[in-house]
Amino acid sequence: MSGSLVGQRILRKEDHRYITGKGRYTDDIQQVGMTYGCFVRSPYARADIKGFDVSQALEMEDVISVLTGLDVAADGLGGLPCGWMIHSKDGSEMRQPVHPVMAAERVNYLGEPVALVVAETKEAAKNAAELVLVDYEELTPVVDVASAAQGEQLYAEVPNNTCYEWGLGDEAATDEGFASAAHVTHIELTNNRLIPNAIEPRAALAEYNSGTDEIVLHTTSQNPHLVRLILTAFVQIAPEHKLRVIAPDVGGGFGSKIFIYSEETALAWASKKLGLSIKWTAERSESFLTDAHGRDHVTKAALAMDSEGQFLAFKVSTTANMGAYLSTFASSVPTYLYGTLLAGQYRTPAIYVEVNSVFTNTAPVDAYRGAGRPEATYLVERIVEKAAGEIGLNPAELRRRNFIGKDQFPYQTPVALEYDIGDYEASLDKALEMASYETFEQRRVEALARGKLRGIGLSCYIEACGLAPSQVAGALGAGVGLWESGEVRVNPTGSVTVLTGSHSHGQGHETTFAQLVADRLGLAIEDVEVVHGDTGKLDFGLGTYGSRSLAVGGSALSVAADKVVEKGRKIAALLLNTEVDNIAFDAPVYKMMDSNETKTFQEIAFAAYVNHDWPSDNLEPGLAEKAFYDPLNFTYPAGTHICEVEIDPDTGVTEIVQFVAVDDFGTIINPMIVEGQVHGGLAQGIGQALLEQAVYDESGQLVTGSYMDYCMPRADNFPDFKVGMTCTPCTHNPVGAKGCGEAGAIGSPPAVMNAVINALGGVEIDMPATPEKVWRAVLSSQAQKIA
Amino acid sequence: MELHQQLTLPQSVDKVWAALNDPKMLQQCLPGCERFEAVGPDQFEMTVSTKIGPVKAKFTGKIALSDLNPPLSYVIKGEGKGGVAGFAKGSATVSLATIASEQGEATRLTYSVEASVGGKIAQLGGRLIQGAARKMAQDFFTKFVQALCEDETLVPEIETVSAP
Repeated sequence: MSGSLVGQRILRKEDHRYITGKGRYTDDIQQVGMTYGCFVRSPYARADIKGFDVSQALEMEDVISVLTGLDVAADGLGGLPCGWMIHSKDGSEMRQPVHPVMAAERVNYLGEPVALVVAETKEAAKNAAELVLVDYEELTPVVDVASAAQGEQLYAEVPNNTCYEWGLGDEAATDEGFASAAHVTHIELTNNRLIPNAIEPRAALAEYNSGTDEIVLHTTSQNPHLVRLILTAFVQIAPEHKLRVIAPDVGGGFGSKIFIYSEETALAWASKKLGLSIKWTAERSESFLTDAHGRDHVTKAALAMDSEGQFLAFKVSTTANMGAYLSTFASSVPTYLYGTLLAGQYRTPAIYVEVNSVFTNTAPVDAYRGAGRPEATYLVERIVEKAAGEIGLNPAELRRRNFIGKDQFPYQTPVALEYDIGDYEASLDKALEMASYETFEQRRVEALARGKLRGIGLSCYIEACGLAPSQVAGALGAGVGLWESGEVRVNPTGSVTVLTGSHSHGQGHETTFAQLVADRLGLAIEDVEVVHGDTGKLDFGLGTYGSRSLAVGGSALSVAADKVVEKGRKIAALLLNTEVDNIAFDAPVYKMMDSNETKTFQEIAFAAYVNHDWPSDNLEPGLAEKAFYDPLNFTYPAGTHICEVEIDPDTGVTEIVQFVAVDDFGTIINPMIVEGQVHGGLAQGIGQALLEQAVYDESGQLVTGSYMDYCMPRADNFPDFKVGMTCTPCTHNPVGAKGCGEAGAIGSPPAVMNAVINALGGVEIDMPATPEKVWRAVLSSQAQKIA
Repeated sequence: MELHQQLTLPQSVDKVWAALNDPKMLQQCLPGCERFEAVGPDQFEMTVSTKIGPVKAKFTGKIALSDLNPPLSYVIKGEGKGGVAGFAKGSATVSLATIASEQGEATRLTYSVEASVGGKIAQLGGRLIQGAARKMAQDFFTKFVQALCEDETLVPEIETVSAP
């Protein structure tokens, strides 16, 4: 790092427009002659469609067209593909039922779109949608995850409703570990299904220009290039160069806006078919039904230990819910983003995991903040805490005995990953100190005197971020490489436009990336503008998910900035009439090493564009450099979270009285933004642990279909978070960053639940720890004591 | 959703049975019923406007009577579609018994309802269904008793019973 900006708490550049109402979200965009779309959705979880009658809807005033699943089929649109091929243990490919843009013959989940009404006004579209008559014949749905494989077969090509039966690790070695174990801890748990609830619902505005034969699709996407690639290469609604996808300001994604959905696809197709601009913005009810849900695992696992508490082997069996169709990256979440993380921070020598993924008549399930890693961490940290209790060892001590030592990196785990660096004791020690762990017993006794049950829980998480080395991703089945592009475009006056394939939907890239590049070039942060989210402006990019933006996208910019510096040296040498080797860059000044002569970065930039005399053989005019950065490995953020709760035994209400998070994210560009990311992640993780759960009834109706029944966390559910950092910079990227976007949501659920279970005297309950569940557990805990 | 309730009506079983089979009587007593037409033996079509929680919908559907055992019991089944509001379906087993009463002959009417809803009405009003069904039953039988006895001051006492 050359400048002084990296590591500064610089206020976010983008917040001015957000807090002054100048953000420009998809729904804010108005076009002359714009029309409105409204989707007709299945009220059944599973039904055959016997016919459509759109005649009444078409007679309505201001209605332009009604397109149904039959029109989609007639136009030969492809299904929505899944981008990650998983192979079962027997080598067979995963089974992938066709995911239609709109259903024509059968609906497979509640809310699945079957028709699109296009009208002059939003009102007319909604009213006409009520008049689209769809003749359904209801079928028995499969809803329950655990028994889905035994349910009625949903797709002819998918026996046992099973997508794949996947395995990872050495089963024989794992069984040997169990055979020689002094103690085995067993656990059964569920990872509750979640609904993403981004504050901005999904929206799209598709505009077809018959003059240029181009479609412009504004949409709420975390990765606009991927949208363009899939809509053109797979669904085939237009040639790739005739579709421009713009993701303007986007209000939160958490994974849910990675995926290619029916609605945005249907809108782009309809705009060209009808020659119109069409806008659709999801109502909150639609978001509940159709945004890809998260988690939804049922797991049994066992941990084998020797007499000293050294982990010998870990065996896991998980059933994961895919929902009705495979969403864009659904297949990778419970496999390579889950099974590979089961080593946690520990030296467990043998691990075997098998995952059966099943289809059910529920909304598709895909990546949600953390994506697989929260599920892995929840399992590992719950069973480790339980094991400590069973063998009578302090949970921090048991973890310490099994940590991969800081001198053991790089460390190859038995589940495919090679951790590059970390210092797990450092974050544990710091967290224990910040949490005043030693004096917990005093607080417990004091709370008991007030009639409260106080508990403490630890979670030492690890995650794999910075998705991903393309070669590794490809070997594991990913449809695309997971590099990132970046461009540093120096303007003639010396200001800089940075273009990145990453996409910010709240993460603060416009500040962090500007800070990074300004630091490298010795500029003021105000002189660097970040451009993202537009396939018309950028090279191909892979977008933002998996905490990859800084580690991969930032690294691309770092490399591009280095190239700019290098080219600047050549220009400086030309201007100063010397050799390139005689020029050094001391941001923001180029210096001749053997004289006092200098050129500022601004002088070099200006010369790059106005100079008349270029040596044609080795130096071109201009100062703009691109980089496509392909990471060498995943990055491995890790840390310790410690939660302390108090339970009111009369009401079952759990209050989080202290939460400590100590994270190692490697090099940090802007600590304020990082802490904000941690806070947000903790809020989502604690929401999962205490409040949130998506519930379908046995007929496949979504019981938690609104905020009346789906409980979101609010500010008064949280204490002031105590956030601390340790730092071992990533060894393999030029920024040293590991990624911080998901850690809060990954580390916190087991910390909270371990604390709740600790307060309950060891009575295990599943997330969410609602007052009713906790209250019943208090009763059973008291009953156990009496017995 | 299940509902098991009973009430006592100050009329003979035969008179109650006749009223329970009279489309006009049913239409008059069913809250929000705009249409109730016989379309065949023991088959009816109806339109009902109702509001459950935040969802207001007009349901169009069919009603069929079956397992008729006059004048003691029948099963009434219905299914209605409410457009984007979703659907509702259910059945009720209704049985009558003569009981002694201080005012003379009276009838004990017992009904067991099973009902389910789907779509938006379930998404937004799902947990309100039980309450809505209770209220609908109360409204129906209040009007039913009043019409049967031609006395607008009567309000029946409906008690919930355990599942049969």
